[in-house]
Amino acid sequence: MNSQTALFLIFSGVMLLAALRVITARNPVHAVLFLVLAFFSAAALWIMLRAEFLAIALVLVYVGAVMVLFLFVVMMLDINVDKLRLGFWRNAPWGFGVAALIVLQMWLVLSQPQWQELTAAGEGIANVDNTRTLGLLTFTEYVFPLQIAGVILLVAIIAAIALTLRGRKDSKSQDVSAQVRVRSEDRVRLVSMANEDRARQTKQP
Amino acid sequence: MVSLSWYLGVGALLFAISVVGIFLNRKNLIVLLMAIELMLLAVNMNFVAFSHFLGDYHGQVFVFFILTVAAAESAIGLAILVVLFRNLSTIDVQELDLLKG
Repeated sequence: MNSQTALFLIFSGVMLLAALRVITARNPVHAVLFLVLAFFSAAALWIMLRAEFLAIALVLVYVGAVMVLFLFVVMMLDINVDKLRLGFWRNAPWGFGVAALIVLQMWLVLSQPQWQELTAAGEGIANVDNTRTLGLLTFTEYVFPLQIAGVILLVAIIAAIALTLRGRKDSKSQDVSAQVRVRSEDRVRLVSMANEDRARQTKQP
Repeated sequence: MVSLSWYLGVGALLFAISVVGIFLNRKNLIVLLMAIELMLLAVNMNFVAFSHFLGDYHGQVFVFFILTVAAAESAIGLAILVVLFRNLSTIDVQELDLLKG
């Protein structure tokens, strides 16, 4: 067993154990922290696969942003864990059955000999700058999907803010739609009244 | 040597674990979201492994976009969770029966 195999076994073992703890942890904060561990181990595995940019992006985007968001929400909410764990193991036989089926199917496929033959990296991977190649692909061939991804992120920002925004009642702000919908009758009121007496008006200085 | 099938096996195990997580934590919405994140990680693992062993970078670009969409999904999911907790004071999935579906 060479060092690469040992590293693979360590990282994948840590990742799978952390994933098991994520789904069984009693405290949601612990679950989030084990999820961070799982993502870190996955990033290490991706570095072994020479996908350095994606590994760094996984740590930065997932551990740095999404997991912090999860922790923030978990700590903000006051959750009654005991009530949520009622009947925790009731559906376990079904779950384990489906999981065993997934693993069995995958094993049937992967035990074919042609999958074990692929041990060496392909042509394009060996001595290439990973980030440079990904950038070239992203900004030439995938430039339209990249724009779509940006729009998706924008939609996510607006949706998240619009869902959780709770405006203060005493804050003063413009109601733009009311401003647009306004008509002249709402602003100017024409009153009809009798003329004033002319003599009395001229007498005054 | 570590071959492609090892990485695919790890991805399958991770996916199976997250399926079990969805079965076990069917009440706790927050752990359900975390199990979905684990599923996406398993899928990404397969993409990266294939990209490495077949020498094709398009798989890694795919992972890039999956990461983007997953970040958007979890942000909106957590926002919905916060609104839900504000209105119902619980995140139990089984109490989400307002639509009587």
